[in-house]
Amino acid sequence: MTAEETWQNYVQRIEDLANRSGLSFHPVDFEAVPDSFMMEIAVYGLPVRMPHWSFGVRYIYQLIQRHMGNSRLFEVVFPGNPGHAYLAASNGLAENILVTAHVLGHADFSKNNLLFRRCQEQVSERIVEHAANHARQIQQAIETYGMQRVEVVLDAALSLEQHIDVDLSLRRERYPEYLTDAKPLVDDAFRKRFAALDPSAAAVGVEVKKRAPVPPHPERDLLWFIANYAPEMESWERDIFLAVREESFYFYPVFATQIMNEGWASYWHARLLREASFIPQQAYVDAIKCHSDVVRPVAADQQVALNINPYHLGFSMWEKIIEKDGLDAARAIMQQDDDFGFIRNHLTRELVEELGLFRYSARNDGQVKVLEHELTALHEAVLSPKYNFGAPMVSATHVRNDGTLELSHDSSVDGRGLDLERSRKVLDYVHRVWRRPIVLTTVNQAGSTLELTAP
Amino acid sequence: MAQSIDSGGGQSVGPNASGAGAKAGAEAAKWYDLFSRGARDWLRHDEKVRESVRKHLPQIVSGGDVINDAARTVRVPVRMLEHYHFRLRRPEEQQGAGQGKAKPGDVFSDPSRQRGPGEKGPGGQDEGEIQLLLEFKVDDIVDWLWEEMQLPNLKARVGPSEESEYIREGYDRRGARSRLDRRRSFKEMVKRRGTPGATPTFIDDDLRFRQLARRRQPAIHAVVFFLLDVSGSMSDRDRKLAKTFFFWVVQGLRREYRSLETVFVGHTTEAWEFTENEFFQVSGTGGTVSSTGFNKVREIIDARYNPGRCNIYLFYASDGDNSVSDAAEARESLSSIAADACYTGYVEVSSGLSRQLATETGRLYAELAAAGLAAGSYALNDFDDVWGAVRHFFTAESRALDGTG
Repeated sequence: MTAEETWQNYVQRIEDLANRSGLSFHPVDFEAVPDSFMMEIAVYGLPVRMPHWSFGVRYIYQLIQRHMGNSRLFEVVFPGNPGHAYLAASNGLAENILVTAHVLGHADFSKNNLLFRRCQEQVSERIVEHAANHARQIQQAIETYGMQRVEVVLDAALSLEQHIDVDLSLRRERYPEYLTDAKPLVDDAFRKRFAALDPSAAAVGVEVKKRAPVPPHPERDLLWFIANYAPEMESWERDIFLAVREESFYFYPVFATQIMNEGWASYWHARLLREASFIPQQAYVDAIKCHSDVVRPVAADQQVALNINPYHLGFSMWEKIIEKDGLDAARAIMQQDDDFGFIRNHLTRELVEELGLFRYSARNDGQVKVLEHELTALHEAVLSPKYNFGAPMVSATHVRNDGTLELSHDSSVDGRGLDLERSRKVLDYVHRVWRRPIVLTTVNQAGSTLELTAP
Repeated sequence: MAQSIDSGGGQSVGPNASGAGAKAGAEAAKWYDLFSRGARDWLRHDEKVRESVRKHLPQIVSGGDVINDAARTVRVPVRMLEHYHFRLRRPEEQQGAGQGKAKPGDVFSDPSRQRGPGEKGPGGQDEGEIQLLLEFKVDDIVDWLWEEMQLPNLKARVGPSEESEYIREGYDRRGARSRLDRRRSFKEMVKRRGTPGATPTFIDDDLRFRQLARRRQPAIHAVVFFLLDVSGSMSDRDRKLAKTFFFWVVQGLRREYRSLETVFVGHTTEAWEFTENEFFQVSGTGGTVSSTGFNKVREIIDARYNPGRCNIYLFYASDGDNSVSDAAEARESLSSIAADACYTGYVEVSSGLSRQLATETGRLYAELAAAGLAAGSYALNDFDDVWGAVRHFFTAESRALDGTG
């Protein structure tokens, strides 16, 4: 109790300090919650989210992780106006001070970063409430239609959760039904005479509306496409697809700016802590210890890590940028970039050497070989898990007359074909809501075209 | 202890979320304390696993190594379900970025990459390989299977029996205090006091005691003889096949009979009775003389079981290579057993060769069946056949029983 009260006393002062340092953020509601709830937030990505068995699987993995003691969550913050920050109740005073500063860094980022702003304008600034609303709506569907039927829809929708198109807006119009650019009639002598004879007859006979193909162009936003064009879906099923899609729109910026965002928050918690003269000595030392645990690149007992700690990478990059170009330049980058631009433009050769980043290739038998230094290739190695929301490029290309949905995987972008076994299962999920055959074109190992079908 | 620092009406997602009207007062538990969503979804996952195990039960249980008969449970190893997403094929060589003290050209090994795809989805979950060991009650499984395979329930032969049991019957004014029926005694008291001039409280005449009586119960006894050819020509695999089959036969019969005895007899050119544990481990050498086994069974029936009161089943597993000179004696002995038994079955285990019952013993059983006795045979070449065999016997058996009454 007393620890919490003293931590609360610091919140206002840290906020004031942050404001003086040039951060600009919406108010944040802080709430200390039990660890079990923190874990659920981590599993679901949102405090209240729709029920689905796949979250149960993640939950068990989290439980195992926690029992093995290698993951600890200090905070989860949800952008918005006001933002929501959940702090683990088990945090000590020092940790809470650190986390408060960290959360303000995130709040600054999510208010000013353009990608975040755009997505928040689309989804609204109250994603937490929206998601809770979806959960309630789906709970009602379960009560009305039964678990089995709702699960079929959720299986399909959640398996396509990455397949959205953030470049287009969340609320999209359906495709125009007819082709607009009807061919102008040939302007020959006959027609001229014909028109002169009887103007009304000439105008009537030629207007032929042509139905536009669906989709008119390859459609990446599969959730939207299926919700809108599935031949036999019921409206509550379409609503579930759109609910999942809305949450994906919320998750995208979190996913696509993770390195920048975590780096920015880590930079600011370190800096605010340094500048906060009002923090007791002991708490400061504890907090700095905690900070160095969070941004540690390589686990204590190891020499080499085969993945990159985004906290550490982002933190180091922001430090370098601010040291070299000043805070204003850094703020401009923070506003305009996402991880792709950030890494490609600002992860310099010196920094790579300083941090000891490397590129490797791992064989299936477990042998890992460190590759030659090459900056561009290293950038791509860092970014490749992030392309297209981490999913292969699959788009809807055509709906045949019998309702068969044609999907196509663009292997020229992804460089290789799909995992066939998994793709078949996804097609099975989707088939159960599309309710007509589905054909997916991809390439096999040798690079020749391959068709998967469901059923 | 959870406490909101923003006591002044911060956004609460609770009432929306749970829909259960969790409008908590300041003192009450927070909405998220009310139930664990993670656990709920985990239970749903578990339920799905059980459903799918149930669907594939015949395939799963026909594998020999899931039987754990002492515990009356079957353990089925299952993988966690994966929720599938489109993913790229796992390349031969995967590139990645790392950090630490490493020079170009360094080679080291990372055992965690040796199996399973490790690409991460946006959920950040690496759905690795965690195996669950689900334990199912054999009784449940057998119930499902019978439902699934639509096997008939057996009709038992009900014999007159000496078995008797105390059952409750009637009331009396005298009896042991422990058998006092309070309700009835009270009723008696009320009735008595309804008449004029009654004494107020309980008197001894009011008391009623429950009585017991001895009743004869029809016996539903059964004994199953498992006769196994343990001669040199039976391989370990053959024996395991037979064991799996026997196991499920016992389970099926247990559904019907409250008390089921099992007798294990092995034979080569001689026959011995074994305990269950020894039974599947013994291995003899030498030839096969089936009649010794049948004679042994006959002997045991005569000594211990009365065919009039007891349902007798005989299941014989062999590779069928009975010596030709034994045919007449085997036929005689087996026919005498078949006349008393509810059913006799023969499984021919012949892994590798599929001779399909064209053996000495096979012919013997065919003759028996042709003569109208309750007998059947089935060739068992593989673990996949076990279910066919079990189905075959239980349907045939119930037909045979229907026929004989």
